[in-house]
Amino acid sequence: MKEIINLPVRSIEEEEYHINMGPQHPSTHGVLRLVVTLQGETVMKVQPHCGYIHRGIEKMCEKDTYQQIIHLTDRMDYLSAHINNHAVCLLVEGALEVEVPERVKYIRTIVDELNRIASHQLWWCSFGMDLGGLTCFFYGLRDREHILDIFEESFGSRLLHSYYAPGGLMQDIHPNFQKRTKDFIKYFRKKIKDYDNILSGNVIFENRSQGIGVMSKEEAINYGVCGPSGRASGWECDIRKKYPYAMYDKVDFREVLSDKGDTYARYMVRIDEMRESMKIIEQLIDNIPEGDYSVKMKPIIKLPPGEYYQRVESARGELGIYCISDGNKTPVRMKFRTPSFVNLGVLDKLSRNMKIADLVAIGASLDLVIPDIDR
Amino acid sequence: MAFNIYDFTSFTQSIDEALYEWLPPFWALIVEMTIIGLVFLIGYAIIGLFLVYAERKVCAFMQNRVGPNRVGPYGIFQTIADFIKLLMKELVYIKNSDKLLFNIAPFIVIIASFMAIAAIPFAKGLHAIDFDIGIMYVIAVTSLGVVGVLLAGWSSNNKYSLIGAMRSGAQIISYELSVGLSLLTIIVLAGTMQFSEVVELQSSGWFIFKGHIPACIAFVIFLIASTAETNRGPFDLAEAESELTAGFHTEYSGIKFAFFFLAEYMNMFIVASIAATVFLGGWMPFHIGSWEGFNYVMDFIPPLFWYFGKTAFIIWLMMWFKWTFPRLRIDQLLNLEWKYLLPINLVNILIMAFIVLMGWHF
Amino acid sequence: MEAEKLKEKILEIVPEAQLEENKQFPTFLIPSGKFKSLATRLKEEKDLDFDYLFCLTGVDWGTELGVVYHFTSTSFNHSLELKVKTENRENPEFDTVADLWRTAEFFEREVWDLFGIRFTDHPDMRRIFLEEDWVGYPMRKDYTDEVNIVEL
Repeated sequence: MKEIINLPVRSIEEEEYHINMGPQHPSTHGVLRLVVTLQGETVMKVQPHCGYIHRGIEKMCEKDTYQQIIHLTDRMDYLSAHINNHAVCLLVEGALEVEVPERVKYIRTIVDELNRIASHQLWWCSFGMDLGGLTCFFYGLRDREHILDIFEESFGSRLLHSYYAPGGLMQDIHPNFQKRTKDFIKYFRKKIKDYDNILSGNVIFENRSQGIGVMSKEEAINYGVCGPSGRASGWECDIRKKYPYAMYDKVDFREVLSDKGDTYARYMVRIDEMRESMKIIEQLIDNIPEGDYSVKMKPIIKLPPGEYYQRVESARGELGIYCISDGNKTPVRMKFRTPSFVNLGVLDKLSRNMKIADLVAIGASLDLVIPDIDR
Repeated sequence: MAFNIYDFTSFTQSIDEALYEWLPPFWALIVEMTIIGLVFLIGYAIIGLFLVYAERKVCAFMQNRVGPNRVGPYGIFQTIADFIKLLMKELVYIKNSDKLLFNIAPFIVIIASFMAIAAIPFAKGLHAIDFDIGIMYVIAVTSLGVVGVLLAGWSSNNKYSLIGAMRSGAQIISYELSVGLSLLTIIVLAGTMQFSEVVELQSSGWFIFKGHIPACIAFVIFLIASTAETNRGPFDLAEAESELTAGFHTEYSGIKFAFFFLAEYMNMFIVASIAATVFLGGWMPFHIGSWEGFNYVMDFIPPLFWYFGKTAFIIWLMMWFKWTFPRLRIDQLLNLEWKYLLPINLVNILIMAFIVLMGWHF
Repeated sequence: MEAEKLKEKILEIVPEAQLEENKQFPTFLIPSGKFKSLATRLKEEKDLDFDYLFCLTGVDWGTELGVVYHFTSTSFNHSLELKVKTENRENPEFDTVADLWRTAEFFEREVWDLFGIRFTDHPDMRRIFLEEDWVGYPMRKDYTDEVNIVEL
């Protein structure tokens, strides 16, 4: 009897429980597992458990030549595969001080931006789906299909292209590439209005996203939340503007910023980025100069001993590659600083004291790609 | 009524009389009940299967897809194929679940919707029971479904199910108020709760037109609240697939899942037919006051056509909501009910009562 | 801040720091004991203001284990690369910077997971990719696993 009296009194409000979101869950878009501590419906804590798709790409890179590494980077952020390839190519070209032809720069920039649009389209449709608007999913995929068709025609594959090679491209673009890209831009300028009509202006959507998961600029920098998510907090972190590569210093585009920092701002930044990407493509597509699509490289590339850091703006944010070479054909250490991995770190901070539904919305707005987290 | 051929009263009456003539009263009653039960069971299944097919076609149309098109012409047998598949699927045994409640829950849900369908008039003289408190009965019976949902969530021994069930409980109990009050607005206007009388009173014009603005407001509120009550998007929080995987029926498989699935569509059919009956005149053709000629032409169209047409229209509206809107959050959902719909509804009833008192309605 | 002035400033704070020449960023090898105090000053001093840790890499140089930090300042736009090394392969340990840059929290967990380098006072020092009962640290050069690794 005495023991019973001495038991600590716990009220209902103190009762916390855990649920496992994932590794198989519709809104984690892959095999991310979130252990969510809940009080009723309120999220108290989110613990991400990664590694369900960890393939040890960094370890594999230590055994591979630089040409082979390109094929591995496709598999990290499979939605912006071209941009990942671009990073490795720039790293190798920078280390060997190779100047690629103008034509290559033009094509790379156009293809990168097409890839960015495709990635944002898929993000948009899955974002709509996470908030319960299933129709968005099909609208987004319908338009993404056009880009994938262009890719398929020119590069032979739809998702994992491995189109860039150190020193240039694997092959020249298809003769239809320019026309089809222009047709796509014309088509998508009309269709992007649908995106606004079905989701952006919707009252329910605005209520679900405005003021949810607010991240200040200081927090964004401290957590390293880069890319569109960081720019939604007002942080000018666009690598294309800060450290221009390829043609980005010669084209005119706006770095989309917002000072709200909530889910809605992250949404609008990405929608506007698609418009900016179209603007970049329009400036370049008619002016692709004639010339070689690649410079002659040695069959075995050996980087001079030293350390190299190369960053590009992937669709999710800053993709950095840190490479240590000892002069051999394989690197000593290849580190990929992937944007999704860094952005995942802020999920716990943003979703505390929010509802489960908000956790889903915030997770979707950070645009996490799970293979990009796990590598 | 101008056309007695569309009046089913004599038809049903003659069956009734014939049965009582041939059989002793007790057996006649039993046979009658069996016949009605069978007819409803078949009708229920056909309507359910058709609605699943319709939803898939409608959402395909909205999402620029083709939808089911493989099984039969235009894929019309797709749902039957799906149903056979569900029948043959294994019923997964859940460890540590409350087996009795777990097994009962789908039946409660489906029985609740089955009971409600009994009171709905499909045409003149074509309904199982014509209660004098028909509307009240339907409200009472449809809200029983939430018990099944709560039990399903509780007994599954799954936190997702439990969250879904609790959401569903909070949601249905709240929105029940709005459904009841918006129907009450029309009851004030009609002065009766008997479905047959409600329909007859609309022979000179549907209540949504007769009752001026309050009736229109009540109609809109009923539409919103009944969508929420049937757990359909944008109020499908109990299932919320992107948050709770499948909510309260996460752990169900095979035919038990099919019961939940079917009951959801039948609930949609029931609320749509209540809306059609109470606001849009049920099987009553479209009549305008004293335009004899116009009304005469309208009477040519059979009442079953009118009834199913109106119901289909409202079901289509509900599908339209579902496939265009994102989902609400639970606190926003309850805010909408308690802060907006309920006060509007209460004021609305007052206005309606005033209009009826002053005799301003048509 | 100019690269030259930045180098002078770092050498002023930590005189033992070794400057590495001909690098992309100003690069210093910092004695691990001095690292935390330097990191704190990098973050907090107004004219340095390194508020963004954009990369944190664990490296196995063969005999030495270490961590490479890349900092940048979003206001002054200057960057810095710092290295800490240790020859202790049994139980390597450095001070955490997760309290200064929250982004380091996940990076450091990754380094612990793959290199076995501990970070003292880290809020949540668990493995991040591999299972808790995984034996060894796969990214080390001397890691061998006959079963799972296919040698090319």
